[in-house]
Amino acid sequence: MNTKEALVKYILRIADNNFILGQRLCEWCGHGPILEEDIALSNIALDKLGLASGLYKYVAEIEGNGRDEDFYPFLRHEREFTNQLLVEQPNGDYAVTMVRELFNDAFDYYYLQALLKSSDTTIAALAAKSIKEVTYQLRHCSEWIIRFGNGTEESHKRAQDAVNELWRFTGEYFEMNEIDAQLIKEKIAVDLNTIKDTYYKHVADVLSKANLTVPMNEFMQTGSRKGVHSEHLGYILSDVQYMQRAFPGGKW
Amino acid sequence: MSTNNDTQWPLWEVFVQSKPGQPHKHCGSLHAADAEMALQNARDVYTRRGEGTNLWVVEAVHIAASSPEDIGPFFDPSNEKVYRHPTFYVMPDGVKYI
Repeated sequence: MNTKEALVKYILRIADNNFILGQRLCEWCGHGPILEEDIALSNIALDKLGLASGLYKYVAEIEGNGRDEDFYPFLRHEREFTNQLLVEQPNGDYAVTMVRELFNDAFDYYYLQALLKSSDTTIAALAAKSIKEVTYQLRHCSEWIIRFGNGTEESHKRAQDAVNELWRFTGEYFEMNEIDAQLIKEKIAVDLNTIKDTYYKHVADVLSKANLTVPMNEFMQTGSRKGVHSEHLGYILSDVQYMQRAFPGGKW
Repeated sequence: MSTNNDTQWPLWEVFVQSKPGQPHKHCGSLHAADAEMALQNARDVYTRRGEGTNLWVVEAVHIAASSPEDIGPFFDPSNEKVYRHPTFYVMPDGVKYI
């Protein structure tokens, strides 16, 4: 694999993650528990889609074969998506959505900071723009989890159930393959081992403030690096890709 | 207004400062369970378009307000007292926000 091919795959991984999570969060639009949260989640969803859009545009530029940024989210197949399994998991109740945010946004918080030093200046610039957004997103979900954990018996139980259910999807964030190896050598990519301990410590700190227990199970789900997904991604894609599949090239 | 049927969280009044040095201006209200959440909600509801550099939130029950009936005795007497307006001074150029 040459650097260009590796770079495209690497960027698509980040873009897909933000695209699918943004789409999941959009599902809350109009269904938020209170008006203010409805607005907050839609803001966050648009931040994620904004980063995804910037990255897809960059991929189109690197590939330079006439495709535009819309090709990547709307016309690729399920097996070509390399978003983490975590972000395609259903919204569930609000505790599930907030815990999913915590597990993802804590990663993005450290990952994007590390990407600021990337030798690829476009990636570094996109990371610089997003880091402020993610800092707020991480604060938003952490405050909710702390309140759920210290709230009523039911809110505590729901938060702990969400943590137990989603924990097995966190390991995948730190998987590296030949793409990472190649781009780390060129100082484009981040060695994920360098942020792993900080990540788990941060998550454990939030859970401890919330009086929640960090799961002890070591088993971690895997697959997304190879495009192997849970059953949920297909449904998301059939939603978001419907228009382009039904009316190819359609615009509005 | 709090009744036994009121299932809403407390009401908070939101004040936004548009630039450092400027006064905080009231821009609206929202519901939130506590101060930190009120700040987050205020950020999301009232500063989406670059309106602010700082936020205050105050729980509405802590604001004492004059009532609409007070408008006569409170405010009318000042209408006739022109000598309270410092119109006899020339303001130097460059003085802002007065």
